[in-house]
Amino acid sequence: MAAGRRRVFPTLRARLPWPDCTGPIPLAMDRTDMTQTGSTGVIDRDALQALFDAVIARGYVPVGPTVRDGALVLDELTGVADLPAGWTEDQEAGTYRLRRRDDAALFGFTTGPQAWKPYLFPPKTKLWAAEATRDGGWAIHNTPDDAPDDTRPFAFIGVRPCDLHAIQVQDRVFLDPRHPDPLYAGRRERALVIVVQCGQAAATCFCASMDTGPRAESGYDLALTEVLEGDAHTFVADAGSAVGRSLLAEVPHDEAGADHLAAAAACTQRARDQMGRRIDTAGLPDLLSAAYDSDRWDALGRRCLACGNCTMVCPTCFCSRVEDVTDLTGDHAERWRAWDSCYTLDFSYIHGGSVRRTIGARYRHWLVHKLSTWHDQFGTSGCVGCGRCITWCPVGIDLTAEVPLIRDRGSKA
Amino acid sequence: MTDKPTLAVWKFASCDGCQLTLLDCEDELRAVTEAVTIASFPEASRAVLDGPYDLSLVEGSITTPADRARIQAVRQQSRTLVAIGACATAGGIQALRNFADVQALLETVYARPEDISTLATSTPIADHVTVDFELRGCPISKTQLLEVITAVLAGRKPNVWPSSVCLECKARGTPCIMVAHGTPCLGPVTQAGCGAICPAYGRGCYGCYGPMETPNTAALVDWLRGLGMAEAAIQRLFRTYNAAAPDFRQAGDRLGEGRHG
Ligand code: SF4
Ligand code: SF4
Ligand code: SF4
Repeated sequence: MAAGRRRVFPTLRARLPWPDCTGPIPLAMDRTDMTQTGSTGVIDRDALQALFDAVIARGYVPVGPTVRDGALVLDELTGVADLPAGWTEDQEAGTYRLRRRDDAALFGFTTGPQAWKPYLFPPKTKLWAAEATRDGGWAIHNTPDDAPDDTRPFAFIGVRPCDLHAIQVQDRVFLDPRHPDPLYAGRRERALVIVVQCGQAAATCFCASMDTGPRAESGYDLALTEVLEGDAHTFVADAGSAVGRSLLAEVPHDEAGADHLAAAAACTQRARDQMGRRIDTAGLPDLLSAAYDSDRWDALGRRCLACGNCTMVCPTCFCSRVEDVTDLTGDHAERWRAWDSCYTLDFSYIHGGSVRRTIGARYRHWLVHKLSTWHDQFGTSGCVGCGRCITWCPVGIDLTAEVPLIRDRGSKA
Repeated sequence: MTDKPTLAVWKFASCDGCQLTLLDCEDELRAVTEAVTIASFPEASRAVLDGPYDLSLVEGSITTPADRARIQAVRQQSRTLVAIGACATAGGIQALRNFADVQALLETVYARPEDISTLATSTPIADHVTVDFELRGCPISKTQLLEVITAVLAGRKPNVWPSSVCLECKARGTPCIMVAHGTPCLGPVTQAGCGAICPAYGRGCYGCYGPMETPNTAALVDWLRGLGMAEAAIQRLFRTYNAAAPDFRQAGDRLGEGRHG
């Protein structure tokens, strides 16, 4: 295709009325305050239950990793006993297998099939209900009674650095001061974030190249690094907020010495060294914007099932559809919001039909949005390098393999 | 009573499971009978009111010359005709005959094959008359049936989505069994609606709701081969309740060619 006929995605950046969209969003719920002293400590494995107790005593519902359905999923936990002690996983494109470790690490794995997204942005939510009135009109109820949302405060235990970044990416979507989403805002405000820094990486991980891990530096209430050395099994803790500091104060711990901090840093380095994949992000947004006519899209259209798994498991994908339902009497109506995917025909349906009819066009839309137009829209990449879309694609399509192919063709054109 | 819309339920070649879904509505059945007059529903009552009917639910496929004529009469009496279930929308499991020699089957099964009047194929209702909406499933989902009846009464589009089972699988939080266990699953090429029940219980999707909107069966077949499945076993996946749905039929046919060729 001649360069002159190449279509370029329009850039939104110049038109955004929110001038500092590339800077951090001032979040009410960003409690991070790294300036305080006395915010580090070392918690022994046997004292970790005390952290759960302190979290529960404050009214939080602990949510964290546990073994279910042959995977390390996130679920509500009662305590340390529910954590997947001695489990890990092998991940490759289209393949995930649970495997026993030869130690008793509690967090000796990486990312599971689903991130924290369902806890902040549930798959299905009732937005409001309406009753027909006698005068022929409608009375809309959007009181909490009619739009019951889970208002329990969650304590996210074991948030990986990539997933913490993903939450911050979704913050930009749902907490934009021009149109904040009250349901997300409520859940986010209530949530306590306890990061567990990565001490290993999966073959599908590429956070290092996306600059989102394997170590989180801020944005958490508490961050733990699990250190196993000989018989010692400890967690080096770093409190990032006042809540985190007071939690740490309630849990038996020792002072963190230079050796502890060095051991934690070595864990991070190990994860960095194991990082199985990478994306070269240099010039990527422009490159993908200009790759509208790349022949790779057709090739992907032949492989991709348009099943939507990649969008469902992606911790930053935020699309939803709105469904209006009525009952048999016609006197009662409800409006629901449900996760949607850009891989469906309905997603781009406008008068006369679907805009993205071919599967290749839908894959292109997804990839170009993630890595290019997301920057224009939200001032950040839409991909944090968690690798979920690679592992959980039922036919193993791997964006880290596709990006270099698109890059190669572009440079040859 | 007379000013309520009338509902009729019709049966062609089928197992009755889909129309029984209507009786299975238990909690909602009263609301249904308050919203419509059930004018003809032999499974529920012998009382039959004359047509025309505002809404006809048609179950079953066309397998005999008599039924081929009868569906025309049903259409003529129906303002809105909704085909329900895999038989009515794709020909059902009995469409396996479409891949076989029906005369040979008759001679094998029946002592007096000349007494049997049958067609060589089992075909969906839409092959014979105009269908206003096809509700998929083997059997159909009660929730979707109520949604379709409600939508027809309200004159709106039903909230029935032609996208993949995977979307429902992820919404309910099931880790993909194809990825996590290597279990073959038709979910990516099958239309949603069941709520992704089978993967939630560790079983691959059987494709009960038929092909999704843009099924890429070739890509799924390639992957299943990679998982070590034999051609015949993959073909069998596609040759069940929706064997004759065009996308599944083509997938099965291609596998057949591969095996012999
Ligand atoms: S695009 Fe893939 S790797 Fe990137 S954040 Fe989403 S799921 Fe993770
Ligand atoms: S890339 Fe993979 S997971 Fe995503 S829609 Fe295509 S086949 Fe499904
Ligand atoms: S288990 Fe089946 S339906 Fe569920 S995501 Fe995997 S392929 Fe799709």
